[in-house]
Amino acid sequence: MTIISALETFGKYCLFIKRVFTIPDRWKVFFKRTTLEISKLGVDSIPLVLIIAVFIGAVIAIQMQLNIMSPLIPSYSVGLATREIVLLEFSSSILGLILAGKVGSNIASEIGTMRVTEQIDALEIMGVNSCNFLVLPKIVAFLIFMPVLVVFCMITSLFGGYLVAIFTDLFPASTYIYGIQTLFVEWYVWYALIKSLVFSFIITSVAAFFGYYVKGGALQVGKASTNAVVSSSILILLLDVVLTKLLLQ
Amino acid sequence: MIEVKNITKSFDEKTILYNVDAQFHAGKTNLIIGQSGSGKTVLMKSIVGLVKPEKGEILYNGRDLMKMTPDQIKDLRKEIGMLFQGSALFDYETVLGNVMFPLVMFTEMTQAEMRDRALFCLERVNLKGADRKYPSELSGGMQKRVAIARAIALNPKYLFCDEPNSGLDPKTSILIDELLRDITHEYQMTTIINTHDMNSVLGIGENIIFLNKGHKEWVGDMSQIYTSDNQALNDFVFATDLFQEVKNFLISQK
Repeated sequence: MTIISALETFGKYCLFIKRVFTIPDRWKVFFKRTTLEISKLGVDSIPLVLIIAVFIGAVIAIQMQLNIMSPLIPSYSVGLATREIVLLEFSSSILGLILAGKVGSNIASEIGTMRVTEQIDALEIMGVNSCNFLVLPKIVAFLIFMPVLVVFCMITSLFGGYLVAIFTDLFPASTYIYGIQTLFVEWYVWYALIKSLVFSFIITSVAAFFGYYVKGGALQVGKASTNAVVSSSILILLLDVVLTKLLLQ
Repeated sequence: MIEVKNITKSFDEKTILYNVDAQFHAGKTNLIIGQSGSGKTVLMKSIVGLVKPEKGEILYNGRDLMKMTPDQIKDLRKEIGMLFQGSALFDYETVLGNVMFPLVMFTEMTQAEMRDRALFCLERVNLKGADRKYPSELSGGMQKRVAIARAIALNPKYLFCDEPNSGLDPKTSILIDELLRDITHEYQMTTIINTHDMNSVLGIGENIIFLNKGHKEWVGDMSQIYTSDNQALNDFVFATDLFQEVKNFLISQK
């Protein structure tokens, strides 16, 4: 029964996505809404991303120093390992999970509230494709802005490690800088950006799907929001494995 | 005119509407009345296409909604205005933005023309000066009036109102009723109002369809309702002592 239910939900999701990806009724309205969504979903997430990134970057650097302190390992390894962790996993996957919580719950609750207050019915009655009108600008906006957030996250995390070097005597700043420049693989940045595109689509579309099909009242909107975050987080983790296998092997 | 023939609708094996037939006339306030759970909202949602009946015909001036293509339905919906129970105004738009919304989406008007039309509609519902406010800053009655202004912005042929008086005080309810009646006469729209407000029934019911447990029980107008001997209708309309006394008084006057 669970498998059948999951397949039914997946089918419903596919039909939902088909309705989302149609030509907008009014391009001018679409671009206006996309710009607003970039501001709401993307720009408004910058402070959270920067705060988390700077602290996690600092913690990663400290832990690297404490765990790989050995005369056999070169001192620049702290910078190198911090960089690799940030580029390969933190800036895309972990950030994706964080944003699934912030952006995903925001989208699911917004669309869910519109559903229970009949605003979506009002759009449909007017002849507006509500899926396309409400969801496509969110997906496009986040596809555009999530890579920007990832780049901010990379820079700020590495800066967090640098701050540890500056304000403590755990490792010298010059060694840390040397470490983050050593054995640099450009592809890792592209790998993180590609993953962020996939994750941004998952976060926005899954949250919108859960919000769009809410039935009931405020309690169900809350449940839909939670389900959206849980489902998109699981999908992000699953796709992280798949993409890592595909892109790094 | 809108005509429904043999509409049957079930949810989870429970039948809500049983072969309902009804006619809704242009230029008249057509009321669907009945107890909670009688199928009023399902009938209205079926007529506008938000719910798909198992069988039957829904004819908009002879055009069957059930046989229309998605594009035809989309075109038809541009001729429909709807007032929802909770107003369903867009929270992120101002009052002016809400009323302009259908104009932005479906007309080639310039910004100035759209603004003029929206302000005209707001003036028509006596909401001049509220255009810059957000829905959350308005009272329930004002929200309903904004929703009416939005519904008539495109000059619709058909206006649907789902419980327009719910949550409003009696005085505001009468204002909304009178507004709906006046607009219907002025623009010769086919207006369908779903209500269980007896003041509306006896005040603006020019064509009343009474639903009882999913069946069409009675059809008539507000003057015929006093003299009807339909027991279910009498039990519903004259359920309170006050309305029963009004009925007795009017009959004695005749």
